[in-house]
Amino acid sequence: MKSIHVATQINGDAVEFVCAPDEPLLDVLRNRLGLTGAKEGCGTGDCGACTVTLNGRMVCSCLVLGAEVDGAEITTIEGMAAEGELHPLQQAFIDHAALQCGVCTPGILVAAKNLLDHNPNPSDTELRYWLAGNLCRCTGYDKIIAAVQDAAHKMRTA
Amino acid sequence: MDTGTKARVFKQVGTRPARPDGVDKVTGRAMYGADMVAPGMLTGRILRSPHAHAQIVSIDTSAAEAMPGVKAVVTGKDLIAQDNDFMRDIQENVLAMGKALYDGHAVAAVAAVDAATAKAALKAITVTYKQLPHVTDVDAAMKADAPIVQAGRSLETVPKGMSANVTNQCEFGHGDLATGFAKADLVLERSFTTAATHQGYIEPHACLVSATADGKADIWCCTQGHYNVRAVCAALSGMEGSQIRVTASEIGGGFGGKTAVFIEPVALALSRKSGRPVKIVMTRDEVFKATGPTVTTSMDVKIGMTKAGRITAGQAILRYSGGAFPTGTVEMGASAAFAAYDLDAVHTLGWNVLTNRPKEAAYRAPGAPQAIYAVESVVDELCQQLNLDPLDVRLKNAAKKGTLSSYGPTFDDIGLVATLEAAKKHPHYSAPLGKNQGRGLSAGFWFNFGGNTSVSMTVNTDGTVSVAEGNPDIGGSRASISLMAAEELGIGYDKIRTIIADTASLGHNDITDGSRVTFSVGLATIHAARDVIKKMCHRAARMWGIDDDAVEWKDGAAVPAGDNAGKFPPMPLAEIAASSHQTGGPLAGHHEFTADGAGVSFGVHLCDVEVDPETGMTTVLRYTVFQDAGKAVHPDYVEGQMQGGAVQGIGWALNEEYIYGADGRLQNAGFLDYRVPVASDLPKIDTVILEIPNPGHPYGVRGVGETPIVPPLAALSNAMSHAIGKRLHSLPMSPPRILKVLSEG
Amino acid sequence: MVAVTLFGSIRAHADGQAQVEVQATTFKELLDRLVEQYPGMRPQIDRGVSVAIDGLVYKEAWFAPIKPESEVVLLPYMQGG
Repeated sequence: MKSIHVATQINGDAVEFVCAPDEPLLDVLRNRLGLTGAKEGCGTGDCGACTVTLNGRMVCSCLVLGAEVDGAEITTIEGMAAEGELHPLQQAFIDHAALQCGVCTPGILVAAKNLLDHNPNPSDTELRYWLAGNLCRCTGYDKIIAAVQDAAHKMRTA
Repeated sequence: MDTGTKARVFKQVGTRPARPDGVDKVTGRAMYGADMVAPGMLTGRILRSPHAHAQIVSIDTSAAEAMPGVKAVVTGKDLIAQDNDFMRDIQENVLAMGKALYDGHAVAAVAAVDAATAKAALKAITVTYKQLPHVTDVDAAMKADAPIVQAGRSLETVPKGMSANVTNQCEFGHGDLATGFAKADLVLERSFTTAATHQGYIEPHACLVSATADGKADIWCCTQGHYNVRAVCAALSGMEGSQIRVTASEIGGGFGGKTAVFIEPVALALSRKSGRPVKIVMTRDEVFKATGPTVTTSMDVKIGMTKAGRITAGQAILRYSGGAFPTGTVEMGASAAFAAYDLDAVHTLGWNVLTNRPKEAAYRAPGAPQAIYAVESVVDELCQQLNLDPLDVRLKNAAKKGTLSSYGPTFDDIGLVATLEAAKKHPHYSAPLGKNQGRGLSAGFWFNFGGNTSVSMTVNTDGTVSVAEGNPDIGGSRASISLMAAEELGIGYDKIRTIIADTASLGHNDITDGSRVTFSVGLATIHAARDVIKKMCHRAARMWGIDDDAVEWKDGAAVPAGDNAGKFPPMPLAEIAASSHQTGGPLAGHHEFTADGAGVSFGVHLCDVEVDPETGMTTVLRYTVFQDAGKAVHPDYVEGQMQGGAVQGIGWALNEEYIYGADGRLQNAGFLDYRVPVASDLPKIDTVILEIPNPGHPYGVRGVGETPIVPPLAALSNAMSHAIGKRLHSLPMSPPRILKVLSEG
Repeated sequence: MVAVTLFGSIRAHADGQAQVEVQATTFKELLDRLVEQYPGMRPQIDRGVSVAIDGLVYKEAWFAPIKPESEVVLLPYMQGG
């Protein structure tokens, strides 16, 4: 099969790559672009560890083809800390011990930021349902909810 | 060793500093098993049996080997035949030898230039199978006419006449059951079954192995025990352990499932054959089918109680199946079943039975959740029928210091009564309940272990300290190790960096399991710190011109011991470090030992549920975990273990199960149909940490990681029975099963 | 001499006794003496047992000391996860 050339924007930078027609965006990010922050937990869109945003919408990058993102804007976990300074969400996760093994953390951070971008004051229930597509097996979600709410509060009052 | 656990005021242990791997993990910088690359790297993929049980008549790899882009193909023949049962079972599980024993059993593997070529190569391998009758149910596998999974594996403990699938029999207990039951006012006998579940770590197994032409190999992998990976790879390849260097990546969850070795020996064989690095990453489907789920069980429990709530006798008969290879988990279940109780008459009997399922691996406290679920359910039902408060009954019968345990030894200081009393006075216990709601509780227990441990500690000339330990961090242990080092040395936590060293850099370390790391590695770290403190005091003594025994360590500095030693101002660690190259050379301490004295950890969980009678859906309304941690070195991470384990238990109780078809194949090998709890399923998980110090550790530390998965199963089941007025005796208690019970009038 | 408590399935090799007397002052001596006195125990002991001495569980500690008044209990070889 013939490779496809794609020009896109990732974390604000112009990026070009070639990929196979059936290659998921997740594989492109990890194997071709060295962006290994997004993880493959299942490959079938069930776990959310591969969450990135595509034109402002949160998606499972294992369910998006590399070929589909020509001309699109993508953000990944690697773009969250602006010039080496942690985003309030990232800092809150550390402060609240909202991660243990950390493999779900990039996906959850991208998802949480995506929520706060359009709903800066979610209820716990809204937040839990928003994150229902991101599996965490270590924490039981408790400290994750506390961390996101703390960051949301800090961002509202900044 | 002076444990000095009484009345010690800690300066750093017990605080909540940031973990050292936190920034890496929140920025995506942390490197997990699948994140490493090497020049010339090949992609490895494994071919797996589609049959639950089959003779492998022949494997023809010629077409795959001839395919352009394919650099190596291996089968079971490429591994070295092992001369003992333990290693032979591992070898045969890694790559089949003659028989496929379960759906997904590895049969062959390829290494190719890319994933697409590797997949095509797998398709080009022709395996001729002769299908055999299979059995996946533990009770069916014990019947006389059951298909035999492996012949000749029964130990001498198994009585004659039992099916050849029964590999082991075990028995524990003391006292006279008949007398005990005769004393009871009510005796209940119930049978239970539990489905197999999986640890469900989000990161699939992954490794990158690079073998060189001069007989060395470097392995990068996610594992709970890289020394174990080295040992297994050495045995299966015939290489010497010292020629294999294993580096443990950050690990994306383990919970016991990554104590077993599956893919590294395959990648090693492929790398040696191809002469190039080989990366193997399991798919989620492979993780469910071909790693190590829990046992599946069938159990009978009989307990007698007086009207006043005293348990007079307890008996448990356990039938566990750990898949197609023998496993000892039933011994752990049979030992733990009644551990929370002070009993005059107790007896447990257990069998392990082979079935055509994957080889079991530990999932937190292996074997205990199932047996304790059964026992705690019967205790609760006795309380219901006798109209007794379940917490008061637990308190009345609780094991304490001096109790002869159900599995043999007499308990020293333990925290069960403290956790029960904390539960009793907690507002959760008396909060009102509404319609279709019910409250349940369960006690839980785990042994915890010590084990072989090596730690090295270096004092750098800039006054910072490096700690090298050999236990992959699955719960935040690096932070706790640094805290203990800081406490002992008397310097700031931020001056210490703890890393997980590779197998070439430190003496042996047992696997990260058994809730042993904070205990054993912490203990070794304390010893190593005392070792380097002794050396630093010696340097100060030399500089002051006084005897070694005239110097002691206080608040991070060498000080004269008493007025006669001389008037010298304290010499802090940084000062001693700065001149170390002039006073005798680099400063370091170390400690290697087998840690003993691990303290058991008891827990109690309280749970409120609401059941929708129309859909059978269960909502967990409120959940509180009480657990004895001995001494919580880093309370955030102790809470994290309690919450994480409780939620795994909730999933286990309400939804998770391995579903096998009539064809013996796993039907739900993905997260869509193997449904683990998500954020919207759960309430807050409240935690109460008790601290009854473990006399065997200078800070009183007890392991905490495994106990929290034990109580949820019965806590949920007991809550459910109070909510719907009926009892289920089978896990999971999923909506269809609840509806069925409700409809049975 | 020290009293050793045996777990259920191993008692059969000691004529069903739950407790036996053994001359031993260390973990290894204990296991060696048990196998000498009750050869039927050899397969289980070779496979591995833990020993609890005064409540502390040892998986493999040849020189762990045993006093005559110690509580000594044979346990299955413990494994965790």
